[in-house]
Amino acid sequence: MALTDAAPIVTSRREFDDSHTIDRFLATGGFAGLRKALSMTPEAVAAEVDAASLLGRGGAGFPAGRKWSMLRRADLAYLVINGDESEPATFKDHLLLESEPHQLIEGVVIAAWALQVNQAFIFIRGEFALGLERVQAALNDAYAQGALGQNIFGSGFSLDIVVHPGAGAYICGEETALIESLEGKRGFPRIKPPFFPAAIGLYGEPTVVNNVETVSNLPWIIENGGAAFAALGAGRSTGTRLFALAGHVNKPGVYELEMAKTTFRDLIYAPSLGGGIRRGNQLKAFIPGGVSAPWFFPEQVDLALGQDEVAEAGSMLGSGSIVVMDDSTCMVRAAWRITKFFSRESCGQCTPCREGSGWLERVLYRLEHGGGRMEDVDLLLDLADNIAPGLTWPPQQTTICVLGPSIPSSINSAISHFRDEFVAHVHDGGCSHG
Amino acid sequence: MSHLNPDILKRCEDTLALYPKRRSALIPLCHLAQEQEGYLSEAAMIEIAELVGVTPAEVQGTASFYDMLHLEPVGRYVVGVCTNIACLINGADEMLEHAESALGTHVGGTTSDGLFTLEETECLADCDRAPCVQVNHRFVRTTTPELFDELVDDLRAGRRGDEIPPHGTLVRVQRSGGLRASADEIAGQRSKLRSEIEGRAKR
Repeated sequence: MALTDAAPIVTSRREFDDSHTIDRFLATGGFAGLRKALSMTPEAVAAEVDAASLLGRGGAGFPAGRKWSMLRRADLAYLVINGDESEPATFKDHLLLESEPHQLIEGVVIAAWALQVNQAFIFIRGEFALGLERVQAALNDAYAQGALGQNIFGSGFSLDIVVHPGAGAYICGEETALIESLEGKRGFPRIKPPFFPAAIGLYGEPTVVNNVETVSNLPWIIENGGAAFAALGAGRSTGTRLFALAGHVNKPGVYELEMAKTTFRDLIYAPSLGGGIRRGNQLKAFIPGGVSAPWFFPEQVDLALGQDEVAEAGSMLGSGSIVVMDDSTCMVRAAWRITKFFSRESCGQCTPCREGSGWLERVLYRLEHGGGRMEDVDLLLDLADNIAPGLTWPPQQTTICVLGPSIPSSINSAISHFRDEFVAHVHDGGCSHG
Repeated sequence: MSHLNPDILKRCEDTLALYPKRRSALIPLCHLAQEQEGYLSEAAMIEIAELVGVTPAEVQGTASFYDMLHLEPVGRYVVGVCTNIACLINGADEMLEHAESALGTHVGGTTSDGLFTLEETECLADCDRAPCVQVNHRFVRTTTPELFDELVDDLRAGRRGDEIPPHGTLVRVQRSGGLRASADEIAGQRSKLRSEIEGRAKR
């Protein structure tokens, strides 16, 4: 497999330092997709998105067109954009919010037209002060341009968008928790069913929640057609996707790549991408889709960056973030820190997650810092099995949302491949890594 | 007598006008109130409760869920050091230790001059510049102890004030108010749009 020269879709203005300004946006084809969409029927716009086979870019990879089609037919409905990017090592929406805010808004208006929704919210992670500032400035520009507000571009269609700041809670990336938070409450995920807010969402009304990157693709899809988008990529993985590469690589960053055409090896080692592992070290393990995903190891490095390819190998492409760990990395420490994250971010509603995450974290802590016992290794697996029975992937659900059952991913991955390291931590009375 | 100052109160009212239901403004209003004192004082929570139409306990109960909303006073600069996985394997623990000694306080603590509060944060989504440091939720990109010391010197000397305003993630978010008008006009335009939508819903 090789790198393809597919032109970027959502980062096409990346070469410009002023890509966030309305002037640059208008000078580079801004609103062309929206103007075209408004000349089409809402059904025709939705059909193009269906034809594009656009998979949601937030983490679950659910087809965007299908999500739209589930919207309960109602005259009062809402569109909510999820910009609460918090999955560890994921930083691609951060880039889009700061550098392509107008493209995002154009995408939101297109989605709203297709769904015939008149009120949208863009929920932005509170820690993104600059992203909040840029998107709000872009909204103000869009109202001034007539691309938003009443009678958009003379079409008779009206849409109002509100930028809503989060306040620091990973769980609000879960769409029903996000809705609760947007209603001014604690970010508690809602009990399913209904499985989708398309049935009962914001203020009890039908609601579609789409990720920032997902809707940022819409202007291009409408301008170029769903078929052109579907022609990129392979299999179910159509179009391009943003991959956030972090960890022990020489050139960490966000790379837009044609889906399923590039391998993890290309992404990590190609000079134009990750540029190889720092200090010439060897690859020990990598996380393919955010810390909720089971880890991969050198034997999986030639897999393609595609939704199904990664799923068939037992993990998930998730939020499109890849963390590379070289051979100097302590696997106990890595598993401990990831588990500490889940323990801190568990919303506390469900016992397996609330109690299990803290228990796991404390056992991992004592292994890492001295005080671990030989039976701790199996204790970890036993506890993990109580949160996600069978430790299968995808995990069995014991809780309201998927946060809990994702906790065992890193623990199970680390122990199954590096059990000897856990044992050594017991023998050595803690970590002997640097 | 309002506890929130007139500027913040005005922006609270503008923000309330943005939402179909007042309670949705609860968290944005907490952000705005924190601009005034850095944290949510009891008086601020009581006023927010009145503004959004819930009890003060509901404001406190909601705010206590969120990392960015402080129920106790914090320093002028809240310094966050991420130690999550991508930062961890790029020297975050060393950075946090350095921050503790450079600032003279521990994680969760505030310096005696009231200038700095130090926090250990979860992933801040800036992983290609690890280890990641934020001050008042601005990415400062100080990835080495030397750069961190420079940052602290600058902040102590009152430099970088433009880049890092005191408190509040919304400090520079200038809302034109959606439909671009004053609070009264926004409210008017929105209620018009809303009754139009709801009128359709009834048909």
